[in-house]
Amino acid sequence: MIHIKELHKSFGKNKVLSGINLDIETNGIFAVLGPNGSGKTTLIKSILGMVLPQKGTITVNGGPIKKNWKYREQIDYLPQIANFPGNLKVRELIRMIQDLRRKPSEEQRLITLFQLEPFMDKRLSTLSGGTKQKVNIVLTFMFDCPLIVLDEPTTGLDPASLIHLKGLIREEKEKGKTILITSHIMQFVAEVANTIVYILEGKIYFKGSIPELKEQTRQNDLEHAIAAIANAKNHA
Amino acid sequence: MFSLLGERAFGRTVPICPDCEIRTISEGVATAMDHDTLLIKKGTYKEFNILIDKPLTLLGQGYPIVDGEEKGEIIRIVSDHVTIDGLFIINVGTSYTTDYAAIRVVKSEHFLIQNVVLERLFFGIYLEKSNHGKIFHNKIIGDAVDEYNSGNGIQLWYSHNVEVERNIVQGVRDGIYLEFSDNVTIKGNTSTKNLRYGLHFMFSNDDVYTGNTFEENGAGVAVMFSKRIKMIKNTFRNNWGTASYGMLLKEINDAEIVNNVFEENTIGINIEGSNRITYDNNDFVANGWAIKVLGACYANTFTRNNFLYNSFDISYNSKMNDNKFDQNYWSDYTGYDLDKDGIGDIPYRPVKLFSYIVNRTPETIVLLRSLFMDIIDFSEKVSPVFTPDNLMDANPLIQRSHDTH
Amino acid sequence: MLKILKYSFFDLIRSRWSYVYFLFYLLLGFVLLFLNNDVSKAVITLMNIIIVLVPLIGTIFGVMYYYNSKEFTELLLAQPIRRSSIFLGQYFGVAGSQTMSLVLGLGIPFVMYGLFKSDAIFDFSLLLVTGAFLTLIFTALSFNIALSNENKIKGFGYAVLLWLFLAVIYDGLFLMSLIIFKEYPLDTFSLAATMFNPIDLSRILILLELDISALLGYTGAVFKKFFGTQTGLIISIVMLVIWTAIPLWWLTYKAKRKDF
Repeated sequence: MIHIKELHKSFGKNKVLSGINLDIETNGIFAVLGPNGSGKTTLIKSILGMVLPQKGTITVNGGPIKKNWKYREQIDYLPQIANFPGNLKVRELIRMIQDLRRKPSEEQRLITLFQLEPFMDKRLSTLSGGTKQKVNIVLTFMFDCPLIVLDEPTTGLDPASLIHLKGLIREEKEKGKTILITSHIMQFVAEVANTIVYILEGKIYFKGSIPELKEQTRQNDLEHAIAAIANAKNHA
Repeated sequence: MFSLLGERAFGRTVPICPDCEIRTISEGVATAMDHDTLLIKKGTYKEFNILIDKPLTLLGQGYPIVDGEEKGEIIRIVSDHVTIDGLFIINVGTSYTTDYAAIRVVKSEHFLIQNVVLERLFFGIYLEKSNHGKIFHNKIIGDAVDEYNSGNGIQLWYSHNVEVERNIVQGVRDGIYLEFSDNVTIKGNTSTKNLRYGLHFMFSNDDVYTGNTFEENGAGVAVMFSKRIKMIKNTFRNNWGTASYGMLLKEINDAEIVNNVFEENTIGINIEGSNRITYDNNDFVANGWAIKVLGACYANTFTRNNFLYNSFDISYNSKMNDNKFDQNYWSDYTGYDLDKDGIGDIPYRPVKLFSYIVNRTPETIVLLRSLFMDIIDFSEKVSPVFTPDNLMDANPLIQRSHDTH
Repeated sequence: MLKILKYSFFDLIRSRWSYVYFLFYLLLGFVLLFLNNDVSKAVITLMNIIIVLVPLIGTIFGVMYYYNSKEFTELLLAQPIRRSSIFLGQYFGVAGSQTMSLVLGLGIPFVMYGLFKSDAIFDFSLLLVTGAFLTLIFTALSFNIALSNENKIKGFGYAVLLWLFLAVIYDGLFLMSLIIFKEYPLDTFSLAATMFNPIDLSRILILLELDISALLGYTGAVFKKFFGTQTGLIISIVMLVIWTAIPLWWLTYKAKRKDF
């Protein structure tokens, strides 16, 4: 699905990614974890072509993504901060994205699921953060793409919506999709992820399943395991 | 005296035509008696040097063509009481030594030249020391290209008390030219597309010109070294170019310039060394410079004129001003009239700093209407340094002084 | 690109600022015409406003829109759309909505006043065309500035400085150099210098209509050729097109190489 080879990226003097190698072949849920500023978002944005690496190649579904934009038709992306053009109404935003992608979509089910009907004719600037995030989720999940990238999907969600979100993720996984998630909520990660990709200082520090991680760090829960690899690095 | 008048009244009419008994105009003149009328019928008469030495009327019927074949002068009048009417005269000879004219009047009085059409000419109608005559409703169409080998449409030299009325002159050097000619009335003429001036005065006094139109000439009207000229209700339009003026005044005293329109000329009026002139009720519309004052000009008054959308209203090349501007309308005026008396409460300064800069560095004209220029013009307005500080209209009008003519 | 243009445009024509801009011009048009009753004078005043205000508003609008629509841009960047389409689409949306405000805002009062019966129609159309070009140029310049400055305040600062430079300072330097070097033939220089500033260029284009009688007063042969024939009009318009095209090309060039 995704092959990343020797990926380097720095912003000015700040080296963010220094030689990332990552192959995601199988379907399932991959959680990209790491401390703040470790390069998670940069990695994800590189896959989406929003950040242009200095060195290295990325291929998605067999084709290199450099100077290409068509491959993004295969990706559903949920950005970290859900801010939308303020003057648009929710309905118009959804219609706009549909119009731009020209693919069949099932927004109605999601709108009902997240109880967004009363907000459909409201302008996005008037919505609360949580509601915006729900709209964000609708926009992401309404298409049927083999690759889904979620950057902090839980931000601002109430418990009920969080349950719906988890449901959605599971559903998509069952359809045999590949899902990339970044999150700070370890409980959420522990619940949904199959594979953990741990990034530290611009490198992949660990890649494996949760049990493997626990075993390696000799910790019983994920949160501690994660903290342990960060510490191990620091002590090394 | 009675018998003379009687003879005139009962003068014969002598027909001239290619198949008549008398076939040429010269022959007709030679055989005619005083006060006869030569009725010249339609046809072409290839003649030149026709000398009219007795009081006759030459009346064309159906515009007979008199073709000079560029051999020289065509008609010369040396007698009083001659009338030329309805001829179509073409191909006057061109010379660098002699001013050949289509019709020349020499030392004669009471002449009338009317309804004549002149084409392919050198000089058109040339009056030489001839007074008390009338040049009426003629059409002079030249095709002059260079000043040095072209002549004037209507020229008066030492000729007084002449009326020049309703003529159309175009494509010659000077449309109408007056030299040493006083008390001449020039009325309702249209002088256009002439190489040099539409109308030109030299050393001529007490003349009046009214209701004429001057368009697209090198310069509309040049008034030079003359006194007491009255210029009323004329239109000066579209005289464009480096040295193009609606009107050029040079060494002129005691003139009146009233009710004229100056529209879209590079310079509306260019004034040099002219004093005691009244400018009243004129319209200056969309000229480059409405009025450009060069050199010493004293005691001129500008009142009740409309200055509309000129790039520059007034330009001076010195800091001195002895002229009066009062109660004019300036479209650039931005003041207010709180007491509602129709007169702006703050004075208007028609000379911009920018016009001073352009005078010194002409290329700066490309910065016309730049915000930067507006800013420095404004600061100059507040405290004049380069422009005459007493040059202002203390009573600028809020409404136009009159509807544009 | 057209889709992005459509959404940006509709987003903008519903924004408060478009209305403010539109109403400003509408009011200006009415005040100029109905308080003065003089089309020619109104056209001259408008010219002064257009060459100063339109660039300023274009600049501010451009910068503002770019920063405000950052999230929208990021949303679009993740969609299967070419980058150049995203930026050009947004650009034409902003420039288009501004041009519309300008043309309608000024056009309505003028048409109501009876412009079609007046001979000022050509002058007026030229003003609108110039205004449209200035909008296009300054929006493009401001997009470039915003694209290269992540910091909003800095971006705003640079954009306003750029406007100040082109609207005022440039002409001051220009005038100074003309006066200092007045011993030399300067007509080619002065025409060239106007070509390098879109505001001067627009001003010249309008001068060709309003002040041709003054422009023809200068003796230089180059001036004469430029102002006396259609050459000036054609060159000015071609230069305005170039002035629009180059910042746009640079915008797409930069946008393709930027990280978001």
